[in-house]
Amino acid sequence: MSAKPSPPPAAGRAGMRKELPEHFKAYRHVWVFVEYEHGAIHPVSLELLGEGRKLADKLGVELAGILIGGTREALLAAAGECFEHGADSAYLVADKVLEHYRNQPYTKALTDLVNTYKPEILLLGATTLGRDLAGSVATTLATGLTADCTELAIDEERSLAATRPTFGGSLLCTIHTLNFRPQMATVRPRVMAMPKREAGRTGQIVEHPLNMAEEEIVTKVVRFLADRDSNKAQLAYADIVVAGGLGLRSAENFQLVKDLARVLGAEYGGSRPLVQKGWITADRQIGQTGKTIRPKLYIAAGISGAIQHRVGVEGADMILAINTDAGAPILDFAHLAIVADALEVLPALTRAFSRRLSVNRLAG
Amino acid sequence: MHIVVCIKQVPDSAQIRVHPVTNTIMRQGVPTIINPYDLFALEEALRLCDRLGGEVTVLTMGPPMAEDSLRKALTFGAERGVLLTDRFFAGSDTLATSYALSCAIKKIGEAWGPVSVVFAGKQTIDGDTAQVGPGIATRLQLNQLTYVAKINEIDEEAGTVEVERRAEGGVQVLSTRLPVLVTMLEGCNEMRRGSLTHALRAASADITVWNAEAAGVPDVGSCGLRGSPTVVKRVFAPTPRAEKAEEIGRAGMSHEELAEAAIDELFARHPTIEADLRDFAATSQEEWR
Repeated sequence: MSAKPSPPPAAGRAGMRKELPEHFKAYRHVWVFVEYEHGAIHPVSLELLGEGRKLADKLGVELAGILIGGTREALLAAAGECFEHGADSAYLVADKVLEHYRNQPYTKALTDLVNTYKPEILLLGATTLGRDLAGSVATTLATGLTADCTELAIDEERSLAATRPTFGGSLLCTIHTLNFRPQMATVRPRVMAMPKREAGRTGQIVEHPLNMAEEEIVTKVVRFLADRDSNKAQLAYADIVVAGGLGLRSAENFQLVKDLARVLGAEYGGSRPLVQKGWITADRQIGQTGKTIRPKLYIAAGISGAIQHRVGVEGADMILAINTDAGAPILDFAHLAIVADALEVLPALTRAFSRRLSVNRLAG
Repeated sequence: MHIVVCIKQVPDSAQIRVHPVTNTIMRQGVPTIINPYDLFALEEALRLCDRLGGEVTVLTMGPPMAEDSLRKALTFGAERGVLLTDRFFAGSDTLATSYALSCAIKKIGEAWGPVSVVFAGKQTIDGDTAQVGPGIATRLQLNQLTYVAKINEIDEEAGTVEVERRAEGGVQVLSTRLPVLVTMLEGCNEMRRGSLTHALRAASADITVWNAEAAGVPDVGSCGLRGSPTVVKRVFAPTPRAEKAEEIGRAGMSHEELAEAAIDELFARHPTIEADLRDFAATSQEEWR
């Protein structure tokens, strides 16, 4: 593979040493790997630019977007979008062998950029692409990588403090990469807020060659089968989400969640136990190990609110919980609560919403 | 065909409890299981061997008790289990873990024949990082195939394999050359029941136990805490929000009244939600016409 030999690991407890090794001191600036596929930037990359902006400002350094893809023109347009979302510069690797994501050439492109321009922080979206790439790049560079962070901060020693849920989401832990660079982290879609777009904001473009021929790349993309059910992808980005938990008591009763969702034009989902019981499919799971959501309104019916669920929904503007148990943990982070049986309240809400919205139709 | 399946023994997450006062994990008496995602990898490996002939070596790294998970894997039909256990491995992060495992896989290839496929689950339920699979692939220069939903074709003689891989917004059909590292997506197959023959064999089977030296690990400095670039500085419980949820309604209200009261409160607090809903209702009514 493309790896340059990594610096030998420091002796002793490598991660615990106080002083950053000399050859890492030149590492500067915050980078966001910008996922660009099928003609569009993945929203998680723009969310990361928003978060990366804050880190860069705290450190007093620049924020760069990293764009890897098949055509230069497309990447230049995408770079403009990065600038408008907070990037000061964009590093481009354009080569026709990079048209579709493949681990080997993308790993080479990204590790070559890191070794050449030496960023101190490198953030990637925790998508199937980002996770596939991050693991290879971190191993090639022999540096630390923290997955699925829910909070990023800079401590008083300029070190990235990456906080993530641990033990199935029951506790949080803060992880540092003290003596290696770059400090790498992935963040799931919707965990960070989308930054405001600043139209007309521009930046500097740096282009870098890949230097790899198609013959050197072992894996070939035979074809790409786009998902037909585009709704499945919408859950993370829906404005309104209705979800159910074990309080629904049976798979059949989950229909009550779907009924309310239909009236509201909402997406629906459920807690992890429902996936384990087979009541809903895994792509409908909401929580740390499923989808993170940031809707304007989240209605949680019969969900107790374990921490692993909480971290997936905390970004919602308004959480309405329906639970028979006034002591359920979800009442600690919901804004409004109806303490009653979800099996009764859900159909009542469905009826009440349809009444109100249809009255308006007649009046309008 | 010789296949290695990497598994991990994890605490059964459904049984984990947090101490209500100290907010620490109560580990005592929590039963352990094979990481559920790894079972899809094991089943896929066994199916390949059923179809094409060959054998499956199951590999894990962990404390001596992790031997139970290997024995469990043998009841499904794996040929042998290798346990990597040594105090040098304690405290490994994903980079150090992939180092130790890749050394062991090399050694397994020398001992029982060249390895064509290394399987892993897509991630573990305790760490949830999905980083060890790609780490192994990078270190052993295996062609990396993550989030695989289906193996379409595998030809050991020609050294080729074609898979369907879950990607963003669709499925990538990839063809590549052996040897490969494959992480399997959940739900792509259903784990078989163990047979009595396998269960009997598993009960008395010799599990191969390797320490760092036996596994041929050249540099113990790259293992465990010493070889881990990441440092856990703090473990803590999330801080509760200042105010609790406001409870809607009064005692004795009907469910209809509760629903109405909830909507009143919702619209009063977030008028934009009401406006959005009215827009949606209006457009969907037009669509029905």
